[in-house]
Amino acid sequence: MVSRIFKITRAGLAGGLALTAILCLIAGTMLAVLARADMLRGLGPSDWSAIRFTLLQSTLSALISVCFAIPLARALSRRNFPLRGVLITLMGAPFILPVMVAVLGLLAVFGRSGIINSTLVWVGLEPVSIYGLHGVVLAHVFFNLPLATRLILQGWQEIPGERFRLAASLGFSPRNVSRLLERPMLRSVLPGAFLVVFLVCLTSFAVALTMGGGPRATTIELAIYQAVRLDFDLAKAALLALVQFGLGVSAALLAMRFALPEAGLGAGFDRPERRWEAQRPALRIIDTGLIIFGALFLLLPLSMVVLNGLPGILNLPAEVWIAALRSLAVAMVAVAITLALALSISAFSVLHRRPFAGTLGMLGIAASPLVIGTGLFIIIHPIADPGRYALVVTALVNALMALPFALRALLPALSGAEANFGRLADGLGMKGWARMRHLWLPRLRRPLGFTAGLTAALSMGDLGVVTLFAAPDQATLPLQLYRLMGAYRMEDAAAAGLLLLGLSLTLFWLFDGGGHERA
Amino acid sequence: MKTLTTFAAAMLAASTAYAETPILTVYTYDSFVSSWGPGPAIEAAFEETCACDLQFIGTGDGAELLARIRLEGARTKADIVLGLDANLTAAAGATGLFAEHGQLDTAFNLPVEWTDPVFQPFDWGYFAFVYNKETVSNPPQSFADLIASDLKIIIQDPRSSTPGLGLLLWVKAVFGNQAGETWAALNSHVVTVTKGWSEAYGLFLEGEADMVLSYTTSPAYHLIAEEDARFGAALFDEGHYMQIEVAAKIAHTEQPELADMFMEFLTSDAFQTIIPTTNWMYPAVTPTSGLPDGFETLIQPETAHIYLAEQAREMREVALDEWLAVSSK
Repeated sequence: MVSRIFKITRAGLAGGLALTAILCLIAGTMLAVLARADMLRGLGPSDWSAIRFTLLQSTLSALISVCFAIPLARALSRRNFPLRGVLITLMGAPFILPVMVAVLGLLAVFGRSGIINSTLVWVGLEPVSIYGLHGVVLAHVFFNLPLATRLILQGWQEIPGERFRLAASLGFSPRNVSRLLERPMLRSVLPGAFLVVFLVCLTSFAVALTMGGGPRATTIELAIYQAVRLDFDLAKAALLALVQFGLGVSAALLAMRFALPEAGLGAGFDRPERRWEAQRPALRIIDTGLIIFGALFLLLPLSMVVLNGLPGILNLPAEVWIAALRSLAVAMVAVAITLALALSISAFSVLHRRPFAGTLGMLGIAASPLVIGTGLFIIIHPIADPGRYALVVTALVNALMALPFALRALLPALSGAEANFGRLADGLGMKGWARMRHLWLPRLRRPLGFTAGLTAALSMGDLGVVTLFAAPDQATLPLQLYRLMGAYRMEDAAAAGLLLLGLSLTLFWLFDGGGHERA
Repeated sequence: MKTLTTFAAAMLAASTAYAETPILTVYTYDSFVSSWGPGPAIEAAFEETCACDLQFIGTGDGAELLARIRLEGARTKADIVLGLDANLTAAAGATGLFAEHGQLDTAFNLPVEWTDPVFQPFDWGYFAFVYNKETVSNPPQSFADLIASDLKIIIQDPRSSTPGLGLLLWVKAVFGNQAGETWAALNSHVVTVTKGWSEAYGLFLEGEADMVLSYTTSPAYHLIAEEDARFGAALFDEGHYMQIEVAAKIAHTEQPELADMFMEFLTSDAFQTIIPTTNWMYPAVTPTSGLPDGFETLIQPETAHIYLAEQAREMREVALDEWLAVSSK
């Protein structure tokens, strides 16, 4: 009995170490922030304005995304057309799309000299401005409309087909179907979808950095960056980091009260339901219009990135290529850290039946990258030049941000493998590395490949904590792209955007595909 | 023993010959290092005489330079910081990171007397709103005109950009206690507040706004480099705020001789001839060849405003708080 309690397994040790590392990173940085925050000075008018703007843009982004997602999801749920599956798969792409690439694409479509405004001017209308609240919300909707659509579409697909058949045989009109079948489903799905988008937008940094227009459109994360990089006021940065952390935790707690929908990236949206009541020509036209609109909204900016980027890609300055190599290195390190952490925690959680371990690993989602970054900055700055640690810190924070998704993919797969083959492996005396090589890795190839691909793509495209740390000559590719835009070298910026897009997608495809091939 | 000494001496000589060329690192703002800015020509001119490798590192716009230096503190790799302006010298001097330049006898052609022992001016100019004469036929002649018009402007963030800070102090100098109200009225004309000058000017050229905060000398760029006379700077009755751009050497530089050489080079004819047609500012010491043709077409403000040293620092704090409070609403 005693030996059973005190037996330290390798999984226990690794899991314990991984969890301690995460706790230290999050709690340690929060302590550093707490110690440094200037509580007495309190928040100034511009800080309150940043808090208001953060809440306002998150609410608006979530509302608009969800409102457009409902009809789009309904159209997708009841229409079949060529490439339907491709379109739905593509709707998962914004998740791994670098923010700076999306910004470039959106500027090309919605900017002053973009497609939309050129058309407006040509027709004789006033052009619309993309800066400030408009731009921030637009970019967030671009990222989250597809996410919300997929979440809501899942709700539709979960309504059993028999009910629609029954509705048809009872002669239900579209209104009846909506009232009796669709609305109850929406009532249970929408709050979760809204909160997911709200949470994502709450910690948005790069969008506000590029699309915000001055003090009126500053998020808390952006204010933290400004406090460090423009005013070098660490006490203010720490105070703002506390506010951001408080908001993140409150929103996450709120979200937990609702059943959050699973953001299943690969879940089977295989075929639409046959819907007898929706065969009317008017509804068909509306749905077709919605699907075309949704596809254009997603594809047009990305096509513009490719079109605008191609001419300059061969003449990219050396510093962009070097930045790309730096980003690749960061992404690889982030993948290694994420896999090590996620495997250790999953093994600990499954073998020792400690579900809380998985929950702890999800902590990263409440702490924002810039909050952790501020904490690390405050810890490192008195001892060493933070610029020297820019890349290490970026990889570490990227890994931490990818960890919740990694756990979500790995935990169920590992517990499945253990449930099916665990006793057999025990019987064969497979432990440690042998168990990992012969039982886990073959069973986990797909989720591991997916996790690695996701982490690599997220890390490759991340523009967040690196802005706090980077020295002038130590940029990652997204930061270099931002600097090119700041220096108004738009052709180089467009080409760098295409390079970034290509690298992120290739990394995801290589890792994820590698997992599929030999599975 | 003697052979050994000779051998050692030979090795020493050889190693000096093979030693890397010394590097002088200069932190500056982005547009200074761009291919069309002064950076490349200045680098070539200085490297001709210094037997060194002059490396410019762009750190965003001018005001970000100061934040960068504060952040890096004594650990900075910079030997020289070039591109702060007179509004920031007090705050920069307070870091204690800069050393005196020791060249007090330079005869500057500045509209004000310059006696700062640490920060050496290299060029100067007046801030102004630049417009395209084809789209703005009736440019505003004062802030009041601008506020009454329906013109859209692009300005820069005073926390990261020296032109942005210049506008902040320009409004403060003209309107004093009413600066806050003036900003409230001006803000409805602001399309966006960019982090730096380059982005603002680029957006303006793309047609994102009618006017952009820049310099009275900016039209000279279009006129001389592009032979394009369409651009003008609006002359304001209230007068224009002046910018004096300065450089200083880092006190603990590992290349003190090179740094001193560069500080001396700043006011030389070689440097000053390059400035007007690359940085598009007035030279701090008029070169023997005079100003380039085309500069005589530029507007001449009747009143110049400027806060110097400590006064600029105090005003910056007051005006920044006012601007933030009004602009974040």
